[in-house]
Order: sequence, then C-alpha cells, then structure tokens
Amino acid sequence: MINSDFLSSYIKKERQAKPILIMAHLVLGYPDFKTNHEQVDVMVKAGADIIEMQIPFSEPIADGPVIAKANQLSLARGTKIQDCLDFAQKVTTRHPKKAFIFMSYVNILFMRGIANIISQSEKAGIKGWIVPDLPPEEADVYLAECAKHKISPIFIYAPTHSLARLKTLANYSKGMIYAVARKGITGGKTNFNQELIERLTIYRKIAKKPLAVGFGISQAEDVDFLIGKADIVVIGSKLIEVLDEGGLTALDLFLRKIRGNH
Amino acid sequence: MKLKYDSYYGSFGGRFNPEILHGVFTELTETFEKVKADNNFWLEYEKILKNYSGRPTPITEATNLTAHFKGAKILIKREDLNHTGSHKIDNVVGQGLLAQRMGKKRLIAETGAGQHGVAVATIAAKLGFSCTIYMGEIDAKRQRPNVFWMEKLGAEVIEIKSGSRTLKEAINEAFRDWVNNPKDTHYLLGTACGPHPFPSLVAWLQSIIGKEAKRQMIKDYQKLPTKIIASVGGGSNSLGIFQEFIEHKEVGLVAVEAAGLGVDTDNHSMRLTANKGTVGIAQGYKTLFFQDEEGQMRKTHSIAAGLDYIGVSPILAYLVEKKRIDCAAISDKEALIAAKLTMRKEGIIPALESAHALAQAFKEAPKMDKKDIILVNLSGRGDKDIFNFGDLFFDKKWQTFIKQKAANQIESKI
Ligand SMILES: Cc1ncc(COP(=O)(O)O)c(C=O)c1O
Repeated sequence: MINSDFLSSYIKKERQAKPILIMAHLVLGYPDFKTNHEQVDVMVKAGADIIEMQIPFSEPIADGPVIAKANQLSLARGTKIQDCLDFAQKVTTRHPKKAFIFMSYVNILFMRGIANIISQSEKAGIKGWIVPDLPPEEADVYLAECAKHKISPIFIYAPTHSLARLKTLANYSKGMIYAVARKGITGGKTNFNQELIERLTIYRKIAKKPLAVGFGISQAEDVDFLIGKADIVVIGSKLIEVLDEGGLTALDLFLRKIRGNH
Repeated sequence: MKLKYDSYYGSFGGRFNPEILHGVFTELTETFEKVKADNNFWLEYEKILKNYSGRPTPITEATNLTAHFKGAKILIKREDLNHTGSHKIDNVVGQGLLAQRMGKKRLIAETGAGQHGVAVATIAAKLGFSCTIYMGEIDAKRQRPNVFWMEKLGAEVIEIKSGSRTLKEAINEAFRDWVNNPKDTHYLLGTACGPHPFPSLVAWLQSIIGKEAKRQMIKDYQKLPTKIIASVGGGSNSLGIFQEFIEHKEVGLVAVEAAGLGVDTDNHSMRLTANKGTVGIAQGYKTLFFQDEEGQMRKTHSIAAGLDYIGVSPILAYLVEKKRIDCAAISDKEALIAAKLTMRKEGIIPALESAHALAQAFKEAPKMDKKDIILVNLSGRGDKDIFNFGDLFFDKKWQTFIKQKAANQIESKI
C-alpha cells in the first residue's frame, strides 16, 4: 500500500506547485513555548511546508552541539512530554493546512508508553514520527501503533548504508525517507558535491517515496543545489542559530530568502 | 544457570543505534563472533596480558584484615597489579586486537576514573593507533594524574563541559565522534554496557579474571569462595570475576554500587539496589537507569568517578532480576574508611572504586563463619586518587606541599 499515508499524499500534492518543500525543525521548550508558538507561525508564513518538532531528551546522542544544548536548556526549564503534546494540539489546529511531525529519542516513547504516545500524537494532529535511535529491528510495537494511528514512521538513510540496508529501511519507512547528507551528527558542514548527487540518485531508485535531505543545510545555495534531487530540504541547527542570533525577525528573513528564490 | 553471549539478556540489552552506525556494528559483531570461535585469539590475548600486563594476577590472603574482623577469611584478587593499574587493560588489549583485525587506524574511548582512558592510550601507543579520549570535566579534575599520563602516552584528551560533565556525557561524545568517523575509528567502550555486542564482548574479555580466580582457588584452597564481592560502575570488573561462578550456585555473588552521600539521599549512583533504577533505553541499550518518570536521566553522584554512572550492564540487570546476584550499596564515607584500613592493615592502596567492594566485605565478614571465604575483586590501585585521598584525609602536610608547588615557578631543568 505504497503512498497511501497522509504524509506521502500531502508531499505529492504540495510538490506539484513547488520545486522543493521545506521542513523546518525546532526543539520544543527552547527557548520557551511562547517563542515556539511565534516560531511556528513565522515558519508557516515564511513558507515552510512541514514542521519537525523535537521533544527534548537528556541524552540526544545523534545531535550536534547546537541542538543538544537546546535539549538541555529546554529540560532545565522543566519541559514535560505533556507540554509538547498540548503545544502540538494548538499549532496543528491553528495551521490545519501544514504537516507536523514529532522527533525524539526512543526512551521518551518507551517511558511514556509507545501505544500511549502514538495515539496521543494522532489526537494532537501529528502525521509522522522520527526516532533516530529506534531501528526497525527493535520497533515491532512502534510500527504496529503507527499503523493503527495513521502516523508515518520515518526512517533515516545514512551515507554508510549498504544497498541491502537501504532496501530494508524503505520497506518500513512511510511518508518519506530522511536522508542524511553526510556522515555525522546534526550541525556540521556538508559538501554539496557529485558524491552526494550520486547517492541521492541511488536513494530515489530504492526508496520509491519522497526524499528529504537534512544535516548541514545552512544557506539558499544548498537548497538550490538539492532542487531536482530531493523533494524536501530539512533545516535544523541553522534555524536555531538564526533565532538565537537575530530572533524571530531574522528567522523570518532567512526562511523567506530560501523560499523566495523558488 | 548458564550465561549465553547474545544481544538480549532476558528483556535487557538490545541495540538502539542511530542508523549511521549500522555498518560498524554489523562489522564489529561479525568480528566478535569470529574471534569467540577462534581458540587462537584467546591464546594470543592471554599471552599479551601475561607478558605486557603481568597476568595472571595473584590472590592475596588478607591475614590482618581477616584477624581484625574475626569472621570469614578475606582474600583479594589483585587486579590492581595489572599494567596501568586496573582490570581495564584486559578489555583494551582484547578490543585493540579486534580493531587491528578490522583494519582500524584510530581508537576513541570514554573514561570516568581515567583508568580505562590510560589503558586505551597505552595500547594505542603499543599497537600504533592514534587515540582520542573523552572525559567529563568533573572527572578530568578529580582524576588529573590520569589525564596527564594519557596525554604523555600520546592521546588527545577532550574534556566535556556540557550536561553532567561525567561518564555519561563522555559516552555520548564518544558516540558522536564515532558517528562522524565510522570507517577508520573503533570506539573502544570500557565497560559491559552500550549496544550489542559491547556488553557481551567486554564481559567475555573480562571473564579472564574469574577463570584465573577459579583455578587459583582450587589449587591453593581446594574449594570455591563462599562469596565474591565486586564494585559496579558499568559492570566490567564484577562480571569479569562473576561469570565463571554463575553456574556454581553455592557461590554468593555481590555487586556493590555507590550509595554516595547515602541510600536515602538523591546523591548516589544506584540502579540495581533499592529499586532506584527503572527500565529504560538510552546510550544504545535497554537496562535499569537512574531516571525520572519521563525518561530523562537524573544526576548521579559518587566519590569514585568510575562508579558515577546512570546505567548498568544489561547482563547484571538480568542476573539481579533472576536473583543470581545480590546487590548492595556503600557510601562515600564507608568507602574511604575501608580504603584507609586496607592501607594500614595490608599495605595495599585501593582505588576509590575498589574500596566500595572492600567496605562491603568488611560488613559481611564478621557475620560469617571462620570457615567461609570472601573473595574481593580489587579492581584497581589508588595512585590515581592521590589528590582525592589528600583532600579526604585532610592531610595538612600534603596540602602545604601542593600550595608550595603551585606557588613555585615552573621551569624545565633538562
Ligand atoms: C578501578 C576501577 N574499578 C571499577 C570501575 C568500575 O567500572 P566497571 O564496573 O566496568 O568495572 C572502574 C571504572 O572506571 C575503575 O577504574
């Protein structure tokens, strides 16, 4: 039943009018929920198509310094999982035409109860989940709950993967495949080069579903480079840096520059 | 009961990795399976440990402590006599050989007490790897002599200034490094924790301690000990000595955690004892963690950097659940008193980690029969703790010396 999920259909539809979609990332509770509300509004108005909201965890092992620090500061302010679900409920209601997904680490789901958090996510209007430290081999319950609650479980392609691994992950991933542009954690530098083009070509052939590319995207030129090679560009650390440095105005300008070009 | 090296121990263990590490873990697991089936590997491993580290380590009869406590005979397995000063060298030699087989050029590691870091820096020097060690800022300060030696041995030491600034953060940072450099680098994890195959791999390599101990007990005492007591950080020295005895139901096995400022405080590192830990998934594996009800890790505390950790080996969690292992917790203060007594009575300076095992033995010995035997795994020596002991003993002469030394101008005489 390929492409029968909400996210795939949404991405296909949006892609008819746009050469590439923008997935904008934020860490919930950082710098605070009030700013998060404004952040999401700015992202939506400036042209983001998908909003990826990270529920903070004390051990964000796949994240670089910028996002890791945001996780830590959010938790220090007392962010709870319920706050994140409540927040999701509000922003998905306010922006019914956009797609919202959650990202967090497996312990957050496990401790809350996987059935509980997935069904609560559905109720809050969430369409997909990314759990970077939950490989499909350990994910029976998660996959079953996602299927039951019309949530797309999104898996990640890494540059080191064998063809066999790419195929396995394509079988489990719904909505999109999240391809990591380079080796490494979030927030580092990526070379946008021939090697990446070749890799993305292979990914497309194997994945047979929308391809999102993230890690290290920091300027409009990176996005230009990916047009025609990916369906979605994911911007994470850079948006936090922009917000930290210049506030919501800078975030708005940055996203408009990227969107405006296209 | 028999222990099988597998990815799961009951419901504990598993492998919860970012996808980017899928390839290196497949390679590591295959290499581990190969060497486990290859008797020649074990022989080479034993030979290096014999000629480079002085294994087998002896068992010393603690005659004065035995007389002092008027109970069970106290024996000490002398892991402190290893090259680099602790049991950590076993695992490091073993994984160093594995890294060679996999064609790796660089070793990275986390360290708490610095004993594992020194062992990795040593083997990197000996086998020709480049080497980076991650260490929490708090640990680097309280184990400064080990930082010095790691650097002199040629390793780069990176201090982590974020989060808890202890062992847990060092592990996160080592994983981040590995995610960036999966091809040429081997992450030489120092304890029986983390994603499969690390718990099995480290437990298997450290099983050399118990294999020796069993042979030595039978040869010198014609019987097995009544109880074996070991300290628990991640679980490598305890599993190292316990494994060989799991099938011998008559041998009691006691895992000693750090009670820090006390069992009833929030400043401790207990996961097994007193239901302080709950099942969770972090740092790539499922085990008992000291965490809150939402799955955020809590702050741990111990005077001993090597015990100051949020998780514990899934193998230990399983054996405790199956009631094959008992657990206990020793406070900072009790550990210090035990260390002092062991110096005076036996002429042995224990690491603060190992002092926790000694303290537990001193609690149990008087309650046991003179025919009983307690075997304590003395995981490491206390040289690294010289500054800690200086502070803890409020040694005025030492403190004056430190002040004078700090005030003196430093210039090289060579
Ligand atoms: C001397 C010594 N003993 C014990 C430990 C605790 O670790 P484990 O439980 O893996 O033996 C350490 C760890 O750094 C150590 O250095």
